[in-house]
Amino acid sequence: MGTKLQNNIAITIIRVIAALVVLILVLLLGKILIAGVPHISWHFLTAPSQSFESGGGIGVQLFNSIYLLVLTLIISFPISLGAGIFLSEYAPKNFFTAVVRMSIEVLSSLPSVVVGLFGFLLFVVQFQMGFSILSGAVALTFFNLPLLTRNIEESLRAVPNLQREAGMALGLSKWRTVTKIILPEALPGIITGVVLGAGRVFGEAAALIYTAGQSATNIDFGNWNPFNSASPLNLLRPAETLAVHIWKINSEGVMPDAAAVSAGSSAVLIIAVLIFNLLARVLGNSLYRKLTATK
Amino acid sequence: MEDPIKSKIQSTSKETRQDILGRCLTYLCIGLIVAIVLSIFIFVASKGIATFTVNKASLWEFLTGKNWNPTVTDASGKPQLGALPMITGSFGVTILAVIFATPFAIGTALYMTEVSSKKGEKILQSVIELLVGIPSVVYGFIGLSVIVPFVRTHFGGSGYGILSGSFVLFVMVLPTVTSMTVDSLRAVPRYYKEASLALGATRWQTIYKVLLRSATSGILTAIIFGMARAFGEALAVQMVIGNAAIMPKGLLSSASTLTSVLTMGIGNTVMGTVGNNALWSLALILLLMSLIFNIVVRLIGRKGRMD
Amino acid sequence: MSIGKYDFNEKSILKFEPQEHEIAIETKNLQVYYGNNHALFDGNLQFERYKITSLIGASGSGKSTYLRSLNRMNDNVARVDGQIMYRGLDVNTSKINVYEMRKHIGMVFQRPNPFSKSIRENITFALKEQGLKNKNKLNQIVEQSLRDAALWDEVKDDLDKSAWSLSGGQQQRLCIARTIAMKPDILLLDEPASALDPISTSKIEETLVELKKRYTIIIVTHNMQQASRISDFTAFFHLGHILEYDKTKHIFTMPKVTATNDYISGNFG
Repeated sequence: MGTKLQNNIAITIIRVIAALVVLILVLLLGKILIAGVPHISWHFLTAPSQSFESGGGIGVQLFNSIYLLVLTLIISFPISLGAGIFLSEYAPKNFFTAVVRMSIEVLSSLPSVVVGLFGFLLFVVQFQMGFSILSGAVALTFFNLPLLTRNIEESLRAVPNLQREAGMALGLSKWRTVTKIILPEALPGIITGVVLGAGRVFGEAAALIYTAGQSATNIDFGNWNPFNSASPLNLLRPAETLAVHIWKINSEGVMPDAAAVSAGSSAVLIIAVLIFNLLARVLGNSLYRKLTATK
Repeated sequence: MEDPIKSKIQSTSKETRQDILGRCLTYLCIGLIVAIVLSIFIFVASKGIATFTVNKASLWEFLTGKNWNPTVTDASGKPQLGALPMITGSFGVTILAVIFATPFAIGTALYMTEVSSKKGEKILQSVIELLVGIPSVVYGFIGLSVIVPFVRTHFGGSGYGILSGSFVLFVMVLPTVTSMTVDSLRAVPRYYKEASLALGATRWQTIYKVLLRSATSGILTAIIFGMARAFGEALAVQMVIGNAAIMPKGLLSSASTLTSVLTMGIGNTVMGTVGNNALWSLALILLLMSLIFNIVVRLIGRKGRMD
Repeated sequence: MSIGKYDFNEKSILKFEPQEHEIAIETKNLQVYYGNNHALFDGNLQFERYKITSLIGASGSGKSTYLRSLNRMNDNVARVDGQIMYRGLDVNTSKINVYEMRKHIGMVFQRPNPFSKSIRENITFALKEQGLKNKNKLNQIVEQSLRDAALWDEVKDDLDKSAWSLSGGQQQRLCIARTIAMKPDILLLDEPASALDPISTSKIEETLVELKKRYTIIIVTHNMQQASRISDFTAFFHLGHILEYDKTKHIFTMPKVTATNDYISGNFG
């Protein structure tokens, strides 16, 4: 029975490959968490970093990462929402729409380093803004836009056409039908996509090296006036994020405990990504249940 | 008396205005995205072309020259702008990574669609989502602390080089290729498979002769997407490849890629100099390659539809 | 001309005398095209006010296409030529404010499609959009339209529950309530009972008979018993052509056209 044996061997190989892929993830996560978690302490999470001596923390970088993420979402969400609504509701079947779709596809497949370099050229060189949180947030927006737009488009498309007809048949304008009826029903999918995208943005470094910069200026957490250059909220200060920090200390190698700090930072990043993944699922599901709930 | 309904349906209303506003808003957003993409191309292209128009470098030498030393001028007074080492490095890591990843991706995708239970499929789905989610600097750091020493002890050399780069990229492109392969396997109509099984074919014969054949164009697309991701990845590769802008002598010697030279170099050169312009030319190559990958995907898609 | 087995020149279309019958809406030479596919030919029908008119025919006969053209739901989907006369106006022109028009020509669809909002909000949503803010007035309309749709007794204690928690039949009656809350002139129903069980169906039929005192109702149905039970007039569609239009009684007892006769007696094909 040659074919039978062949079948069994092939199926076994498939099983082994799948097991290996699981093993790779387990080893990766295990390595990062085992090496990194012991370094995580309150001090590590809050203290400013050190360049030439050990014992530094990642407080500023962590804050920068979160602040940059929030800014990026604030800028990219409305634009992707408009673009997503256009693609799913208004886009005519013509040359313009084809160009638009092509542009979004191209943007989504551009290497993030190229996106970062464009941000550098535009903001740092052309507008002379210097390395700044704002430049970084805009570069991350470029990087986030295509994904978010596509996610919003797909979530809107998943709402049955019947719902659009229901709104239209009541004499509602198309715009109100989309924003007040279709959008709320698409929300679970959109939120899931936004949170997953947030995870990606949180860990992105290549687009930031030449836009938000590689230096974490000391910021004064007692000063919340966004126009003061020492304020955490200042948009024009350079801001090294956690991901950039990991890259930098590994490339420069002047920090004595670089390996430990990298391990700790990697673990923090991974934990953040895990939380984002979990959050995406929980939020999506709970919103979905709320939609269909018997209040 | 005039019929109120009759006059209402002949005049504009709040709804008319809402629709005009909504339409304008969405066109504005979409226009912005198109404008961004266009400006990326215009900016990077105008910078990248300057090497050849302003600095008079030869395009042929740029693409085939083996010496990259923008600050040093050769006997004829021209800077050495041979990008072949980086182009080789980029293609080297990309192709190797995809060669490693493809069997794993297809195997995992087959496991998810054909072999496993619902539960196993869910687990693999989460595994893939997590692999996508891990930031590239973390891959780079793991590469640095695990893969580089591993390559050093088992294959020799310093541990930095194309082999380490492609090991890191292998894990990074694996989820992309896998999930797209899963999609294309799922798109094969159920009755193809059922017909084959009903004719007495084994599961493997069905997979090999029916499923994989029907999904070929989808799997090819997945591989191209994986290549695009590998080709454009910057930091993870840069951390493990050794960053020597010389022709790689093998898989185990220090090398560099387009992205790694860019990330290291942009900050160390002055805008407008030959050295800086040459880096933008590398960025332009990256941009064009990403465009080419896009076009190839489209071509495969078109051919897939015709078959 | 004939396609298949029937002669499309063999037609019998009822025309009303304007003095005796008040016409709510009427189409003249309505043609519908989906791309190159001519889906409806020469739609010439008049609908009497405060009557129920059924549109019957096999699937693909163009009856839903015709109905959806009446309140311009086919805009952007198909090309609709010809005139739709409503209150002395041709509403099938680009000058017409379709949003306003649809408030007066309401529609209920084949599958129930309540919004993912509470039962109450499903009814008040469009009213609020029109600027009606008075809480008492809104509550009054909610109760009245739910009563009219024969749903009030079943949901009066759960008005803030999600509409998606209702059964299919209840959802469809909510959709009817939502539409009549707008106080339309004309109610278009596209096979409203096709996805429902017999009990829900008969409830909806009772509702419609009650509603015709105040509304002009045009209903597409593939259920001939339903058409004969509730409608005053019936139009028979076949392959995009309207072959016969008459009083329901005449259509079901002594059809004048061969195709109609075959269809209602089950020898169709």
